[in-house]
Amino acid sequence: MLVPLTAWIEPDRLPILIAAIIATAIVLYTTYHRRSRDRYRMRPIQGLQAVEDAIGRATEMARPLLFTPGWGGDIQRPTTIAALNILSHVAEKTSRYDCRLLFPTHDPVIMSVAQEVGREAYIRTGHSDRFQADDFAYVSSSQFGYAAAVEGMIARENPASVFLLGTFEAESLILAEVGNASGAIQIAGTDSTIQLAFFIVACDYTLIGEELFAASAYLSQDPAILASVRAQDIMKVLIVIAILTLLIIASTVGWPLESLSAP
Amino acid sequence: MRRKLPQIIVAAVGLIMFLVYFSGHPTAQRVNQTILVDYWQIIFAFTLIVGVIGFARSNLQQIQRGDGRFFRIVSLVGLVSMPILALIGGINAGSPFVWMFDHVQAPMQATVFALLAFFVASAALRGFRARSVPAAILLLAATITLLARSDVGGATIAWLPETAEWIRAHPSMAARRAILIGIGLGSLTTSLRILIGIERTWLGSER
Repeated sequence: MLVPLTAWIEPDRLPILIAAIIATAIVLYTTYHRRSRDRYRMRPIQGLQAVEDAIGRATEMARPLLFTPGWGGDIQRPTTIAALNILSHVAEKTSRYDCRLLFPTHDPVIMSVAQEVGREAYIRTGHSDRFQADDFAYVSSSQFGYAAAVEGMIARENPASVFLLGTFEAESLILAEVGNASGAIQIAGTDSTIQLAFFIVACDYTLIGEELFAASAYLSQDPAILASVRAQDIMKVLIVIAILTLLIIASTVGWPLESLSAP
Repeated sequence: MRRKLPQIIVAAVGLIMFLVYFSGHPTAQRVNQTILVDYWQIIFAFTLIVGVIGFARSNLQQIQRGDGRFFRIVSLVGLVSMPILALIGGINAGSPFVWMFDHVQAPMQATVFALLAFFVASAALRGFRARSVPAAILLLAATITLLARSDVGGATIAWLPETAEWIRAHPSMAARRAILIGIGLGSLTTSLRILIGIERTWLGSER
């Protein structure tokens, strides 16, 4: 027996589905269309330019480097994946320079994935003997247990550079201030707009919003990934056009999407 | 195959979850429940074992090396004692496990959280230095908001609460929404890169 299409699609979520299909089409087009994949140039992102300096500083000072993805996210979250992409690049550099990399986390799944990412990065550079799996450690699932553990690690190990990249909640400022007090160079980035304000005040460099997600493209310079970042720009232009169009329509003939408005 | 199989599983499950999100059909809801709740709990339980073993091993090794021996012993005692107390006395009200939670763990968590108040003050002191025009605007906006939120400010200057609300609802909200749109688009493209297999860092492989 055939089931009507309306039984499968939630009517309330139809506009999101249409937007998602358009966005997917744009990403696929920019990624796979040969001419679209021609060389792109990304604007310099200060926080990512500073990654090399932060690793170099830790190496010169013979002190470790601490990278933590925050308490707020799990492995399903794109922010965590974006942070692990940066971790891969950082681990590659630390393996070359023989700099110790500490990765405390609140989630055993993230710990396992991070260990693999780190191990592969060390193997890629031919320094697998330098990889310390125990430095990629699960510390606590409790928010302030995690904060206290990382805070203690910063105080005791005295890292020269601290990377706070991922999903952070109330622990953000605790970690950023402790890192600041220890004199470490700090690079932070999160998808939480509330915590971003704390990072901007307490850290040397902050990746704001989409910069965290563009890091993988920026650091790898992979044409396919760069092309997908271009898709974001195209979508932003479309959103601006949609906002302006609806603004003009709403101020002249009235709001056309009354049924979609919040009650 | 070591790389291909996880990639295929991720692409398939990702696509299913994407489609299920837009469906209210009972079958789709069951799939959602099975993958997102049941499977996730099973996976998490196993990875928790990995995490706890890693935690214990790392601390034991560092105790042997003599790195922060006292703190590590305290951590291991905590790790071992809580499950033992739960097994012996249960987890009902009045049990030793609950007593330890209420009188040791909760106050320690509250202590760490309380540190935040001091960190907010020290960060604010550093952040509110008017060294440039944007910093001066930030300082002005922050001063208005702080005064308006305090009883004294609101009571003595009539226009202060309205101005603070305007700052919150318009310039601040506009900036926040712009960042949120960027985050949304960034999340979307990162997810798609993983689903179509051009982003493979999470597998530990070369990009």
